[in-house]
Amino acid sequence: MFLRNDLRLLDFMNMKKELWVTALQNGTVIDHIPPEHLFEVVSILGLHKESVGITIGQNLASSKCGKKGIIKIADRFFEKDQINRIALIAPNVKLNVIRNYEVCEKIYIELPDELVDIARCPNPKCITNNEPMTTRFKVLSREESKFKCRYCRRVIEKDDLKLL
Amino acid sequence: MSTKHLVSIKDYTKEDILRVLQEAEEFEKNPNQRLLEGKVVATLFFEPSTRTRLSFETAVNRLGGRIIGFSDASTTSSSKGETLKDTIKMVSNYADLIIMRHHLEGAARYASEISDVPIVNAGDGANQHPSQTMLDLYSIYKTQGTLDNLTITMVGDLKFGRTVHSLLIALAHFKPTFHFVAPKLLAMPEEYINFCKKRNIPYYEHEDFTTEVINQTDILYMTRVQRERFTDIMEYEKVKNVYILNNAMLDKSKETLRVLHPLPRVNEISTDVDDNPKAYYFEQARNGVFARQAIICDVLGIV
Ligand SMILES: [Zn+2]
Repeated sequence: MFLRNDLRLLDFMNMKKELWVTALQNGTVIDHIPPEHLFEVVSILGLHKESVGITIGQNLASSKCGKKGIIKIADRFFEKDQINRIALIAPNVKLNVIRNYEVCEKIYIELPDELVDIARCPNPKCITNNEPMTTRFKVLSREESKFKCRYCRRVIEKDDLKLL
Repeated sequence: MSTKHLVSIKDYTKEDILRVLQEAEEFEKNPNQRLLEGKVVATLFFEPSTRTRLSFETAVNRLGGRIIGFSDASTTSSSKGETLKDTIKMVSNYADLIIMRHHLEGAARYASEISDVPIVNAGDGANQHPSQTMLDLYSIYKTQGTLDNLTITMVGDLKFGRTVHSLLIALAHFKPTFHFVAPKLLAMPEEYINFCKKRNIPYYEHEDFTTEVINQTDILYMTRVQRERFTDIMEYEKVKNVYILNNAMLDKSKETLRVLHPLPRVNEISTDVDDNPKAYYFEQARNGVFARQAIICDVLGIV
């Protein structure tokens, strides 16, 4: 379902990365996604609901971290807020903004001050787990990945947050 | 102007707290004031609590307001699966103020985000119970004449006791010194220890409940050690009688020391303390009505 339009790129595994990236005329390339989180990134950004051309590469060789995932989205540019939503699972992701086949901007994502509707509170007695509502976590510490639920006020470690 | 709520004691600044305490003092002098004439107050007790509900309803009655609501959610539509949101939306159409208690943590915060009228949190699970904190502060203020520079000793279950956590945070505005007396298993959580460290608030942790600590103390805040907190019943048996206050332990304490307890007590304060003028827990409960009158008027912007 993700490999819609760019059928000519289906054999991208055999191509050089640069070629694959520059094949985009206008749009965004999300690079250095840990392979285990690739499809979560797709889901968080709502890419499965998009009608634009999207190409997804998985388990590509990475000079930095062994293997990586990569997503290329044609004619789509993201606001910083939107893209920061993926910081929780993929903190080292890099975005290349492509205009007219050129990388015109590189964006490094950062964790936002508040995670809104990204994760579920691990506390079963929290109102957010018993009512159809938006979850909100304040980021207490970026270094230690600690969060605080706006509602039950529990301090939560990153590993205990479940993505929605 | 945004609607004012009291969801957590942390929502109140030092000035807010002092203003409410001064209002409470006025209500103690003159409890019957028809400031809520023509107003409807809803008391929504999704979780039953007779003590807290009666205190709030007394406060509303003394202010001349009318009350709607329920004391047990099993008789309401929320037991038929209605969301909290829908209940709050409906009631905020009828009432000028909503006082609510709920077993789920964060319920009052959420209600405050969807209600058009002020929300007063009368307890949300293990989370917050700010009117209890306000009445504790009022009791301290009344008995010591100030909130500043006091030595506060908290005894018993400091891990799960939400009243001690909220009180600690509220007192942080007033240069306190804390003594935390608790078994290891029920020690003050790291979050609150760090809170003290960050603000340079002196604190001392003890496993033994000694007269040495009591004799330095201005306010002795006792709490219940509850059996259900222990997974190992042997552990409970070991500690259950270590944190009991008896009258003889107060012999060399300060003249102005007062013993507080959020009630109900089980055996952690011997009945021989009750007649000691330093025992203050029954008056403390009475102060709840004045503190709640002050809270209600404050969120409604009256006086
Ligand atoms: Zn929560």
